[in-house]
Amino acid sequence: MIDPIKPPRRKNPLLRTRLPASPPRARSRTSHGFTRAAAEGRFMLQRCDACGSFAYPAREACPSCLSSDLPFVDAPRRGLLLAETTARVPSDVYFRERAPWRIGLVKMDCGPTIVAHLHGDCVEGAAVRMSLQLDKSGQAVAFAHPEGETPNMSDDKQYREMTADPKFRRVLVTNGRTVIGQEAVAALKAAGAKTVFVGVAEPWRPFAGENLLRGQDGIEIVTLDAADEKSATDLAADVGGKVDILVNTTEYVRPGGLLDRRGTSIARDEIDQAYLGFINLAQAFGPAMRMRGADGINSSSAWVNILSVYALANWPAFGAYSASQAACLSFSHCLRAELRPGGVKVMNLFTGPVDTEWFQTVPPPKVAPRAIAQAIVSGLKAGLEEMYVGDVAEEIRQRLAANPKALERELDR
Amino acid sequence: MTNSLRAPYDGVVIAAPVTIPYVRYSIESAQWWIGRALNALVAQAGIKASDIDGLCVSSFTMGTDSGVGLTQHFGLCVRWLDTIPLGGASAIAGLRKAARAVQARDADIVACVAGDTNHVDSFRLTLENFSRFNQDAVYPYGAGGANSSFALIARNYMRTFGVTREDVGKIAVAQRANALRNPHALMKAPLTMEQYLAARPISDPIHLFDCVMPCAGAEAFLVMRDETAASLGLPAARLLSTIERHNAFADDPMQVRGGWAMDVGELYAMAGVKPDDLDIVQTYDDYPIITMMQFEDLGFCRKGEGAAFVRQHDLTIDGDFPHNTSGGQLSVGQAGAAGAYLGLVEGLRQVLGTAGTTQVRNASLALASGFGMINYDRGLASGAAILAGPSR
Repeated sequence: MIDPIKPPRRKNPLLRTRLPASPPRARSRTSHGFTRAAAEGRFMLQRCDACGSFAYPAREACPSCLSSDLPFVDAPRRGLLLAETTARVPSDVYFRERAPWRIGLVKMDCGPTIVAHLHGDCVEGAAVRMSLQLDKSGQAVAFAHPEGETPNMSDDKQYREMTADPKFRRVLVTNGRTVIGQEAVAALKAAGAKTVFVGVAEPWRPFAGENLLRGQDGIEIVTLDAADEKSATDLAADVGGKVDILVNTTEYVRPGGLLDRRGTSIARDEIDQAYLGFINLAQAFGPAMRMRGADGINSSSAWVNILSVYALANWPAFGAYSASQAACLSFSHCLRAELRPGGVKVMNLFTGPVDTEWFQTVPPPKVAPRAIAQAIVSGLKAGLEEMYVGDVAEEIRQRLAANPKALERELDR
Repeated sequence: MTNSLRAPYDGVVIAAPVTIPYVRYSIESAQWWIGRALNALVAQAGIKASDIDGLCVSSFTMGTDSGVGLTQHFGLCVRWLDTIPLGGASAIAGLRKAARAVQARDADIVACVAGDTNHVDSFRLTLENFSRFNQDAVYPYGAGGANSSFALIARNYMRTFGVTREDVGKIAVAQRANALRNPHALMKAPLTMEQYLAARPISDPIHLFDCVMPCAGAEAFLVMRDETAASLGLPAARLLSTIERHNAFADDPMQVRGGWAMDVGELYAMAGVKPDDLDIVQTYDDYPIITMMQFEDLGFCRKGEGAAFVRQHDLTIDGDFPHNTSGGQLSVGQAGAAGAYLGLVEGLRQVLGTAGTTQVRNASLALASGFGMINYDRGLASGAAILAGPSR
């Protein structure tokens, strides 16, 4: 049984902050099939198209029939824990600092045996449920969980290394003026975040939903206009060392593409707000987050972007907006690479049109801001990197994978 | 007598057992250690380096070199060359290939050499870069290295067959007693069962004295035909039989037997001897549990009886089952790929009667085994050889 983690005590500013170390990172190219699965919270294994047998570790040919058709497919998660051991003196800095570290060998019901990290409640000889997680070096690893729910399950020491659970962490939600921002604050508070800082530009100016934020325990309104470099820097100087999770809820949606607009002023606003705002936030808060990736129970753990799914495929009706989102998506991969040495995850949530005023003319289905907030929390708790929220986003993802040209033509109407 | 379809090793002999004494850490390169072993081979055999026309090399720490780079490095001009990256099975595999080379007259004198250096970070780098499956699917899981992989095997084996730590410890304790008679063993202090049991855990159930100490060193021997040895006046042992197997029993969910179990009948049939006839046994002892497994798989007892066998026998030099007489890797040290050679070279010395302080009286028939390459969840490579000394 897992003991619940305790709220961390106030940090002694005189003590040195432990620097993050990364677990072993080298992987074969084929092995990144697991990385793709882990990023989305799926459990995939290679299965031979010719003979149907599952294989592990990542292979180039089937060990049963030598076929090279070994696609990664969603696989059954159940297995049996054959044997376990506890590594007490690992040779690698990351694991040495975290030893004793428990691993085991799992015989999957579907065939292969998998060396896996063990949840504390896994019992030798009993069934386990497998997942693929992204570890602190951002690489996929197999993780064995007990088959059923156990008390304080997500507080497990080894599992918490794989996730960005908001419990006892401090979160900055960058824009509290929006409904998404307000819903995110509520969801993160409910998930056990110790403090949620909420950025509001010109906070003396009243706004709808203000009463949900003001005077609430554990919610602090802070002055932040992400598009303003000085504003971002000022806030980071104040609370930058206390931001464990940053949720970038910047929203700037305007209709229109290229030919029916005059000039670049609206496009410039879109870039200022979404893209340059992202840069300001990253430069202000990223360096401290990268330093604090191993800073105890409330170490920095994740950066969340809410992006339009049209970052992946331009939607001409909102063409310039789509382009600004694509720029943010591209830069999020850069941010992910730069935060990686700190073990800080970058999670992108892709959504279709949200049920807000700027998408007023768009027919349903539209995503409820609350669904986005809930997805943020569940993604952080599972340690994901990519999430598709709502039916539109999921559909675009599938259509893009099936035929990008068909999607391009059909978005033009 | 033999039912084997394989050609016998008629006329193949092994000579000039060489051990370059080990050190815990060395600032020298693997090439330096291999060079020293070649030099010692030439000196011991009374030949010139130019007489060596075949070379077989094994090492983990040669960097980008393979055997061919070494020929130029050491000024050797050979007509037969092999580089064998089989870890603990390298000596047996090398011997098998060299034996066939001299038998077929592709070469006359093959030098088989293994050597490794041990810089302070060598061991960690070897673990990190061991193999693709290890890199993808083992090392990122706690980075416990071979200790954790063998811990899983040991735990399953011990539970399945009711083996206690004391049973396993008897092997390690006996080897330490042997090592105290070997001036080159890195372990110089006696080891009691109490100390063995009280050792700190490394990766449960593997404790400190279940582990070998990585070190630097080299081992070597010469393979030739009997007439070559006779013309050089070299004492030599005859090669009676060998086996080698890779990725055996892949359907066993966990390893409880090695490839020996698949071929052991052939090993004894080809040699024309029974397990009882052996005077000494040198198993590959990267972990004592693997030695216990070999007692079963090499036919000294049945599967599951390894612990009882160990309880019933005295494994020391003067005991009824002299085993790993130099102290084995557990007490001498594991000099990388040279660890594969340790038992074979000591077994050769024993049947030649030149083992000195570790000599078993009247030893003339020896078995040496190899085991290696824990690529993912099990050791893949196994092999064994039986040698007969001149007195047999």
